[in-house]
Amino acid sequence: MSPQFRRRLVVVGHGMVGHRFVQAAIERGLTETHDVVVIGEEPRPAYDRVALTSFFEVGAEALSLLPEGEYDDPRVELVLGTAVEGFDPETRTVLLEDGRVLEYDELVLATGAAPFVPPVPGHELPGCFVYRTIEDLEAIRAAAATATVGAVVGGGLLGLEAANALAQLGLETHVVEMAPRLMAVQVDDAGGATLARHIESLGLTVHTGAVTSEVVAADGRAAGLSLKDAETIPAEVVVFSAGIRPRDALARAAGLDLAERGGVLVDERCRTSDAHVWAIGECAAPAGRMYGLVAPGYAMAEVVVDALLGGPGSFTGADMSTKLKLLGVDVASFGDAHATTEGALELVFADAVAGVYKKLVVSDDGRRLLGGVLVGDATAYGVLRPMVATPTNPGIELPDNPEELILPAGRGGVELGLPDEAQVCSCNDVCKSEIVEAAADGTTTRAGSTCGSCKPVVKKIIEEYFESVGKVVDRSLCEHFPLTRQELFDVVAVHGYRSFDQVVEAHGRGRGCDVCKPAVASVLASLVGGHVLEGPTRVLQDTNDAFLANIQRNGTYSVVPRIPGGEITPEKLIVIGEVARDFGLYTKITGGQRIDLFGARVEELPAIWRRLVDAGFESGHAYGKALRTVKSCVGSTWCRYGVQDSVQLAIDLELRYRGLRSPHKLKGGVSGCARECAEARGKDFGVIATEKGWNLYVGGNGGATPVHARLLAGDLDTETLVRYLDRFLMYYIRTADRLQRTAPWVESLEGGLDRVREVVVEDALGLGSELEAAMARHVDGYRDEWAATLEDPDKLRRFVSFVNAPDVPDPHITFRAEREQSVPGDVAGPVSLGTTVPVGSPR
Amino acid sequence: MTASPSAGVGVSTYTRVCRLDDIDVEGGVAGLVAGDAVAILRTHDGNVYAISNYDPFSNASVLARGIVGSRSTAEGDVPFVASPMHKQAFDLRTGQCLDDADVRIPTYDVRVLDGEVLVGPPQEH
Repeated sequence: MSPQFRRRLVVVGHGMVGHRFVQAAIERGLTETHDVVVIGEEPRPAYDRVALTSFFEVGAEALSLLPEGEYDDPRVELVLGTAVEGFDPETRTVLLEDGRVLEYDELVLATGAAPFVPPVPGHELPGCFVYRTIEDLEAIRAAAATATVGAVVGGGLLGLEAANALAQLGLETHVVEMAPRLMAVQVDDAGGATLARHIESLGLTVHTGAVTSEVVAADGRAAGLSLKDAETIPAEVVVFSAGIRPRDALARAAGLDLAERGGVLVDERCRTSDAHVWAIGECAAPAGRMYGLVAPGYAMAEVVVDALLGGPGSFTGADMSTKLKLLGVDVASFGDAHATTEGALELVFADAVAGVYKKLVVSDDGRRLLGGVLVGDATAYGVLRPMVATPTNPGIELPDNPEELILPAGRGGVELGLPDEAQVCSCNDVCKSEIVEAAADGTTTRAGSTCGSCKPVVKKIIEEYFESVGKVVDRSLCEHFPLTRQELFDVVAVHGYRSFDQVVEAHGRGRGCDVCKPAVASVLASLVGGHVLEGPTRVLQDTNDAFLANIQRNGTYSVVPRIPGGEITPEKLIVIGEVARDFGLYTKITGGQRIDLFGARVEELPAIWRRLVDAGFESGHAYGKALRTVKSCVGSTWCRYGVQDSVQLAIDLELRYRGLRSPHKLKGGVSGCARECAEARGKDFGVIATEKGWNLYVGGNGGATPVHARLLAGDLDTETLVRYLDRFLMYYIRTADRLQRTAPWVESLEGGLDRVREVVVEDALGLGSELEAAMARHVDGYRDEWAATLEDPDKLRRFVSFVNAPDVPDPHITFRAEREQSVPGDVAGPVSLGTTVPVGSPR
Repeated sequence: MTASPSAGVGVSTYTRVCRLDDIDVEGGVAGLVAGDAVAILRTHDGNVYAISNYDPFSNASVLARGIVGSRSTAEGDVPFVASPMHKQAFDLRTGQCLDDADVRIPTYDVRVLDGEVLVGPPQEH
């Protein structure tokens, strides 16, 4: 190749990759030996197609990659606005559409890709567009000027860009995606759902799993999209962005080998089946695979320049990692985002409240990062991307708790605002200032040592004191876990743990205690479900949950069957009376309109419940941190003042939320008129009838620190009321601290009740449907715990006085009579039955 | 079944209470041993402990129904059961209350033979 025998290099296509090829050819001296002719089809030189959407804001000039219109090298000739008709490898000639024939020594195909338009009826109507060139965008802008609604077919990267463009043009915008999620290639289902919520919060409408069957016409123009199994979407502007196809027609006509799924087949030097023809960018298929990103195209351009210079460069695949901001939402996908590697494990952090979804894919030993997906917050991308291990690069070893890489930083505290003289512990008459003084002196008070109901407040006061003097407060659950309940909830959700052992081995120390074990059990109940006495979760439960009854001072239990809404038939009342009489139980009417049966020995519980279950009763969950009752007044059925059927609603709500496990007990109430006889505003959720519907109040409680529930929304129809309640309760369960009732939880949120209203009523975060779905799972999964226990010998075997003498009553339990009922007798110390009592095998 | 004690002073009687499998790991059962209510509890490391079932704080026979865990002390991790009544913790090895130095409850010798749990006489500490 001496200079006097100059050779000619023809480049077909002047897009981003063709331009990059020419630049590299100039920079690396290929033009010293070659004359370069570039043929471009579009009327303007290469421009930044990746930033195409900004065309409406910045114009074509700003996007141009070659603003001067020519290369600063006289040996490069740029021919624009001219299509290539074909080429002949035999004669090494290229035929242009204007009839010119160019001879070449080497030919580089950089023809790019074309949008794929699904062949649905009507796809060629006026008003249908693709999204690829500046001319496409100009045509869309012209059509949008007289339109109000637009639709994009395709919810991938480009489809969302196109949707953004339509929204920018002021159109009401729909995105129609055939796959069950947006950005199906880059993100997984949950990430796609988070992205969809973000996009919908911007006012766009997302239809996933939606197949376009036809473009509907009116007056000879596009007027809407007809969807299979769904309603027709009106749309005067339709943009097809359902993927791209390599433009390989020239190579096909010339008889070159093509890849099975399209694209010009090239080797690792990007050489086609003809030794003098090369292909780069989206029209090329190295090893049969097409790359729809610009970076691999640039890499291929460099490889061909290198090859023509006699260098050793090769293209062996590309990193398909992407990070971008789509419609203002950070989205990143890197490495093996779909966990296709054998044995790969997934760590997921999903904060529906904040609209964040993060997933790490790690190797089976947890030491290597294989890939991941970030939606809503991609700040970790910069750290994570270099850590990724590939077959040729071991990456960076992960730390011991890799989930730290995606978990949010700790959450802040809130002000309690109690006056110094406020009595905090009423059992022992301890006020706030005494607790603060004790904290300052390092001494203790008796606060919380009796009934324990003020413990959360005491903890909060002590935390606030230490924070006020600048000390870091340890919000650890207990000595075994350096986590709050919320953080515990997050790590269990992220790792998908199903047992205490898994959680404590990974995030705790020791073997747990009476604080963390029930907390883990509660989190597992919310996330995994299942029976509370199932297998290894049984030993995590407090004694009330462990025996599905409430322990009393002498070691016996009380039994509370559910009486929804407080309504009960005479027949059922008689059964309760008979059971109480036959087992010698003390009976008392509770504040929640039910009947409490006291004095049941542990070994009597199954027989008592057999009778109750047979009569149609279910567990009342009086023993659990769970929904207790929904109290009602008699309502419009009987009451001359009532305006709505409060009993029916109370029953419906109690049956809907029965068995729902929560950070603390939950109570509800429904009043049939403004007289409020059900005391609904003293409950976690209270409903009061109005002439038009229902007012919904939240965050009330009785107990040690009574709080009136406050109005969340007014004049609701029943369906909306239930929807808001579903959301409210699930939001509470997911984010409240251990033993935090709804009132302090509402106060702990930044913005308080207004924040709750934004999330629950206005659905500002777009997580309404997810919370509703979580509640639907609870409702569908509900089974009466006592009925299930009676059917399972393994669950029943602990209901004995003594494992080796199941028929011998514990002698420590004695009764005396008071007001014609049985009450606990006095016990002064351990009682021995002596050696005369026969003991035997348990089975 | 009572494991054949021969009559006489100084003979220790061991009562078969249950199979090891009858006790959940980190759970407990109540047994009747020579007329006493005894809590037999099993820890994660495989040990089995027997203590009085009687909680002196609440005067109730309930300790077998407590939550079993560990508490870190200067001497290392102590296996304990928390009373289900008011949560006082008792060292499973010694019966010592971990929340009140003045309170200690009886412990019993316990053996596991062929998967059977045998409880013997109260122990001296």
